Amino acid sequence: MELDLPFIWAGLIAFAVLAYIVLDGFDLGVGILFPFLKNTHDRDIAMNSVAPVWDGNETWLVLGGGGLFAVFPLAYATILPALYAPLTVMLLGLVFRGVSFEFRHRAERSRILWDIGFSGGSLLAAFSQGIALGALVQGIAVDDRAYAGGWWDWLTPFSLITGVALCVGYGLLGSTWLVMKTEGGIAHTARRASWPLAFGTLSLIGAVSLWTPFQDPVYLARWFDWPGVLFSFTVPALVAACAWFLYRGLNEHRDHWPFLSTLGIFVLCFCGIGISFYPTIVPPGITIWEAAGPDESLAFMLVGAAILLPIILAYTGYAYWVFRGKVDPSEGYH
Amino acid sequence: MTDPFTAVELARMQFAFTVSAHIIFPAFTIGLASYLAVLEGLWLWTGQERFIRVFHYWKTIFAVVFGMGVVSGIVMSYQFGTNWSVFSDMTGPILGPLMGYEVLSAFFLEAGFLGVMLFGMKRVGPRLHFLATLMVAVGTLFSAFWILSVNSWMQTPAGYSINEAAQFVPADWFKAIFNPSFPYRLVHMVLAAYLTTAFVVGAVGAWHLLKDRTDAAARTMFSMAMWMALIVAPLQIVAGDFHGLNTLEHQPAKVAAMEGHYDSHKGAPLILFGVPDDESEETRYAIEVPNLGSLILTHEWDGEVKGLKAFPKEDRPPAEIIFWSFRIMVALGFAMVGLGLWSALARLRGKLYDAPLLHRLAVLMGPSGFAAVLAGWITTEVGRQPWTVYGLLRTVDSASPIEAAAVGASLIAFILVYFAVFGAGTFYVLRLMAKRPGGDDGNGDDEPKAVIRAAGVGSGASILEQRPHRPSSHAHPNKPHSA
Ligand code: HDD
Ligand code: HEM
Ligand code: HEM
Repeated sequence: MELDLPFIWAGLIAFAVLAYIVLDGFDLGVGILFPFLKNTHDRDIAMNSVAPVWDGNETWLVLGGGGLFAVFPLAYATILPALYAPLTVMLLGLVFRGVSFEFRHRAERSRILWDIGFSGGSLLAAFSQGIALGALVQGIAVDDRAYAGGWWDWLTPFSLITGVALCVGYGLLGSTWLVMKTEGGIAHTARRASWPLAFGTLSLIGAVSLWTPFQDPVYLARWFDWPGVLFSFTVPALVAACAWFLYRGLNEHRDHWPFLSTLGIFVLCFCGIGISFYPTIVPPGITIWEAAGPDESLAFMLVGAAILLPIILAYTGYAYWVFRGKVDPSEGYH
Repeated sequence: MTDPFTAVELARMQFAFTVSAHIIFPAFTIGLASYLAVLEGLWLWTGQERFIRVFHYWKTIFAVVFGMGVVSGIVMSYQFGTNWSVFSDMTGPILGPLMGYEVLSAFFLEAGFLGVMLFGMKRVGPRLHFLATLMVAVGTLFSAFWILSVNSWMQTPAGYSINEAAQFVPADWFKAIFNPSFPYRLVHMVLAAYLTTAFVVGAVGAWHLLKDRTDAAARTMFSMAMWMALIVAPLQIVAGDFHGLNTLEHQPAKVAAMEGHYDSHKGAPLILFGVPDDESEETRYAIEVPNLGSLILTHEWDGEVKGLKAFPKEDRPPAEIIFWSFRIMVALGFAMVGLGLWSALARLRGKLYDAPLLHRLAVLMGPSGFAAVLAGWITTEVGRQPWTVYGLLRTVDSASPIEAAAVGASLIAFILVYFAVFGAGTFYVLRLMAKRPGGDDGNGDDEPKAVIRAAGVGSGASILEQRPHRPSSHAHPNKPHSA
């Protein structure tokens, strides 16, 4: 039997992107929340809670982008120019926040500058990722294997909403992460912040979900025709269940629940987007089979992925395990 | 807008700027990661405290530099698509998987173990910590392997065929990965990274020796660095010679430009200095050594060396730049050998730590590795022009269909942000290097203590007990073991 390599790879890339969104989501979220943490002590703890893992989290972004280049070169070559401006802003935001982890502790008088860099960079990165997502959902003009639009095409009311939605959602991931990883004053602050963020996230998810099907009749059909309609009901139902656990976790001080339920919400939304997209990779026109490179390239990479991804997951898990539990404020590396 | 540049030119400037900024960090972190692994290994093996002291000193610096390497690298991996989308579409089936392997085998490895290496000593104990350090070092080397394979394929493409969509598609992966220039480039670049690190470490050691000759940590650094200079710098010249011969075989126009030869010769002279002029097709004011050019390039007194005029004008690289960048690299290479030899003499006479002039020169040569690496890359990359895939895909045909205004705006943003951010980073790194490796220099800064405490050295007993050997001495003169 012939393996459908583009299909397998679409799944793997989707997994990498999802891993990126949830993992870097919480550490970007911590950055977004920085201004609400009033003193240096709390900020140190918040930062130390993500410092050992942020680089690994961000590597999924490189895998998402690099993977696209490797197996769907046509998608890489059309999506990236289409999203030129938001991606540039995202990269610059990531520069600022990435260096802040170390710089913040090296600076003496200018520490506040890197607090701003960390926070502002995180916010910019989150916002531009949301915009990029919205612009992709709306579709990209392609002609003869090349991007055929202008360099402002990504800017629409819809993409602005998705931008805001992602910032708020990452904020919720960040605040529930802090609820799970910290104690005392900062955990209290994080728990308080989680309420409005949860409310905001759910409302924005609602707004975007209702709006999406009207971006393209194809999406509409997919959600309301059989068998898509099955999912149209289960996905929102499961989101509601997650919201319920989120509520109880926050209310009853079960510190793991809020973060895990927020993860659940993100995974479900991602599946929802997947339902809308499949089988296109560059909406509206290019399918995963059209964008895929030759089978030799996909097979060659698949061997590596099959061997290395489980190893990566194992040692990434190990790294999280080493730093498990609540952050000990006295243990700061810096 | 009256834009003086085309989108392609701006994209080239942007690529040159961002990749030059990026390569500075890997050049240092590849070497430093290996150095840290050696230091920690020596500490575990001998139990001597000076090794772990030097380890922690450089680990902090490593963390700062590595962070800058990561963020500048992420920019690179997206830049192919944003600015060079046609190139990406055409080469993706070959170069994409190679870079994919880099992500899977190198970046995750580095990132996964970096946290443990920087923060985890107390949690995992010295042996597992050593494993983490090793994994980070191995990760940086894997990364060099793959990205240099990618770059070398662009210089000397092999193992490909071309499909109906005009894409390069794999025909033989082994040939594509181990393409003709790759082994040379890999060796040359890894040696370059080791040399870069050696000269930085040597400069910092020397700087502190100038202030306090008895500082055991500074002595350790300086001595180790000078061994590296003595051994690796000559190897680098040999590697460079082989690399050049390989280039002559596959990219003769590049070598002609490096040498400043416009006319073809039998028994070509070696032009030491001169002013190449692509317009009039001659190298003016040339100072030459007869026949030496042929001797070096063909290893024959009368060997034939092609000049630039043997190639159509539209296929020539600009000699004005690479003639000079090549000379800068080579001159620095010889200067490095010189410093290595001097240090060997001083060592023989038992005066390695007591040679202020040598130490001054070592400080001066601290940045020489960076300069040589940049000069080398400029030679390689500008010498590949006007192609992105040598002989097959022209640079002008590689760029994205993006307006010049967009590329120009993002170029300006990158320049502003990079200078601000990496400028600040350089400042912090220099400040860390100014701290005395042997201990507190009493300027009231509490940070190094905090670092050492958290990493488990200052907290003494607990970590030392887990070690295989008891420390043989606490002989450090400056700093009693406290905290
Ligand atoms: C010879 C070495 C070398 C060269 C020529 C390059 N790099 Fe690099 N790169 C490294 C050696 C390296 C490294 C030592 O492995 C780094 C430095 C810091 C780090 O995290 O890994 C790195 C980091 C790094 C990262 C961040 C990885 C992470 O998230 O941890 C990316 C995405 C790239 N690089 C991509 C590139 C691209 C697209 C290049 C070419 C245009 C490039 N690098 C040239
Ligand atoms: C890391 C060290 C590197 C440096 C300092 C460097 C430097 C440069 C410079 C100066 C240019 C501009 C040449 C010109 O316009 O005349 C350039 C172009 C380019 N380089 Fe490199 N390069 C490096 C590595 C790489 C690597 C590893 C790759 C591939 C993975 C690469 C791919 C390219 C591409 C696609 C261009 C744009 C097309 C062009 O202008 O040639 N470079 N590089
Ligand atoms: C006298 C000694 C040296 C010789 C003869 C030499 C030779 C060469 C040659 C011929 C190239 C161009 C390869 C091409 O055609 O693409 C090159 C590139 C390069 N050189 Fe050197 N080199 C020397 C010293 C050094 C030193 C001391 C360093 C750094 C510490 C260095 C770093 C580089 C780098 C980073 C490149 C670009 C990557 C590559 O193509 O390998 N070189 N060298």
